[in-house]
Amino acid sequence: MTRDIDWKPLLLAPVLALVALPLTGSFSIWLTLTVAGLAMGMIIFIIASGLTLVFGLMDVLNFGHGVFIALGAFVASSVLAMMGDWSGSSSLLLNLMAVFPAMLVAMLVAGAVGLAFERLIVRPVYGQHLKQILITMGGMIIGEELIKVIWGPAQLPLPLPEALRGSIFVMDAAISRYRLLAMVVGLAVFALLAWTLARTKIGLLIRAGVQDREMVEALGYRIGLLFIGVFVAGSALAGLGGTMWGLFQQNLIPQMGAQVNVLIFIVIIIGGLGSTGGALIGALLVGLMNNYVGFLLPVATPFSTIALMVAVLLWRPQGVFPVVNR
Amino acid sequence: MLGRLLSHDLPRSRVLAVILVAIVLALALAPFAFPGVKALNVAAKILVFIVLVAGFDLLLGYTGIVSFAHTMFFGIGAYGIAIASTRLGPTWTAVGVGIAGALALSLVLSLAIGLFSLRVRAIFFAMITLAVAAAFQTLASQLSVFTGGEDGLSFKLPAIISPSFEFSEDPFMGASLDGRLLCYYLLFVVAAALVLALLRIVNSPFGRVLQAIRENEFRAEAIGYRVVVYRTVASMLSALFATLAGCMLAIWLRYNGPDTSLSFEIMVDVLLIVVIGGMGTIYGAVIGSAVFVIAQSYLQDLLRLASEQVAGWPWLAAVLSPDRWLLWLGLLFVLSVYFFPTGVVGKLRAARAAHAANPSSAAAARGTS
Repeated sequence: MTRDIDWKPLLLAPVLALVALPLTGSFSIWLTLTVAGLAMGMIIFIIASGLTLVFGLMDVLNFGHGVFIALGAFVASSVLAMMGDWSGSSSLLLNLMAVFPAMLVAMLVAGAVGLAFERLIVRPVYGQHLKQILITMGGMIIGEELIKVIWGPAQLPLPLPEALRGSIFVMDAAISRYRLLAMVVGLAVFALLAWTLARTKIGLLIRAGVQDREMVEALGYRIGLLFIGVFVAGSALAGLGGTMWGLFQQNLIPQMGAQVNVLIFIVIIIGGLGSTGGALIGALLVGLMNNYVGFLLPVATPFSTIALMVAVLLWRPQGVFPVVNR
Repeated sequence: MLGRLLSHDLPRSRVLAVILVAIVLALALAPFAFPGVKALNVAAKILVFIVLVAGFDLLLGYTGIVSFAHTMFFGIGAYGIAIASTRLGPTWTAVGVGIAGALALSLVLSLAIGLFSLRVRAIFFAMITLAVAAAFQTLASQLSVFTGGEDGLSFKLPAIISPSFEFSEDPFMGASLDGRLLCYYLLFVVAAALVLALLRIVNSPFGRVLQAIRENEFRAEAIGYRVVVYRTVASMLSALFATLAGCMLAIWLRYNGPDTSLSFEIMVDVLLIVVIGGMGTIYGAVIGSAVFVIAQSYLQDLLRLASEQVAGWPWLAAVLSPDRWLLWLGLLFVLSVYFFPTGVVGKLRAARAAHAANPSSAAAARGTS
């Protein structure tokens, strides 16, 4: 079976990187920025993938997704603090043995809260976009305030474990170790997600549900259960992404969820609502754009991603990979 | 006469009418009935919020689309007055230039956002306005040469509406006759005019089309209305009203900064007021603003008291702390969207409709709630 691959969007990120090369002036700076942008893009992708699937599958626009980002990061910071011996030691192995459980716990907590969020907040307003936006926004506010109650409203430092700090040098370009780790984890998540969606029964059902929910129901599958699963998985991924984002920024504020949310929305609009592949392209574009413009013209950074989105939508009004025909 | 003034959109509930008259009277007589600086500040804030929220209601309640950029336009209005008055000095020309400039900027921005996002899908609008508003907020605090950065701008206005201007030595009925009083009544007249204008807009044929789009976008399009055009025009109008509300705020405070007019908290306040007051009624904005601003100004003290009472349980005290005000607002917001979606005005009208034996009035009340 051959499938036509829509290759044009795949070229966007390389083209953006090539355009930035002469502008940054030096190859080593460009390489540093590009790696940083790709790492940031992978983290954003991890967070955005859940949101875009939730929308695609159930037509639910979750403005509260940011809560899970912040929650994951704060939970991870507590776990890392508890394992101070391991995260403080200088051995890479011990450091990773501290970071991975922290990520796991963050995912579990975010997933569990996601389950409650779906039941209490989202469930009663299926099919009503206006109320969904209002209610999930309300949920976001409540979640953010509860985080302030538990962890305090102030900024919290989240230092990277010893062995993940610092940079390695490749062709004179400084590449931070943590960004390499972020890229590895991001690629692993993407591979797992792509494999699940493309090769498993559940993935098949999810993809079918995104395209035509009623048909899947008519064939006797309980799409409600499937949706809860996707929602919980999406929340857990947001928790993982939040942990990585927190380690990336090295400090946490309760409002971080709302801040990242803005980027995520741009990413899923660029990618086409419901499309995981599109979300990856959008995330990489946003990550690269943020780093290039942040270096060249810092004031314009927040508007650069919006301009990027505008440009993409002028080209393809439904996003680079339109999936949902609603 | 009254019917014409209210564009024949009467309260349609006796209780509602009484409450509205009471609010209007209280606001009109506030400087004399409630002397004191804090009371007058609260009254002025209510006036500003009435315009801000009523403008938002045009978008959320009547057109059925959510914008998170309403405070951005609010901020543009406030910054317009602030920047013009700082640069051009305390003259009426500066105020005029500020208002005109802010309106022009809001118009262009809202047209761009509206055409761009509404053309594709209405739900993009909520996400894109959120992104643009966040970017604008960052920009406003970074361009400190113009905006004064995080510190904001303090400025002077024409003497006649400044507190130092006294046109009579003797106080009249307990209120000193100074520029502050004039300024308050300037705001009052402007707010009244703007609310009446909004009532006119939503009860015009244009407003009917907006409601048709809210109820069924597809049918409205099928009858031959260009949905995108109507939605975009509605979002532009709403932006202009927000801008004017921002101008009012800056004129009253003679100060503007990012936290005063641009913060996301104000957006949450606006959402909450619209929902509590009653979406798609305009009157809801009046009632909601009055209730909410008074609650915000006085209930936070109550929360502080409660928090001190339970100081023995640190966790409970943290939840009840006045700093966690937004937590309670958020809960209230979610609960009211679930259980109280038509708001105060909707409830009152429904009660009246259930009361009346006449089925036609019941149908009319359902049609607008």
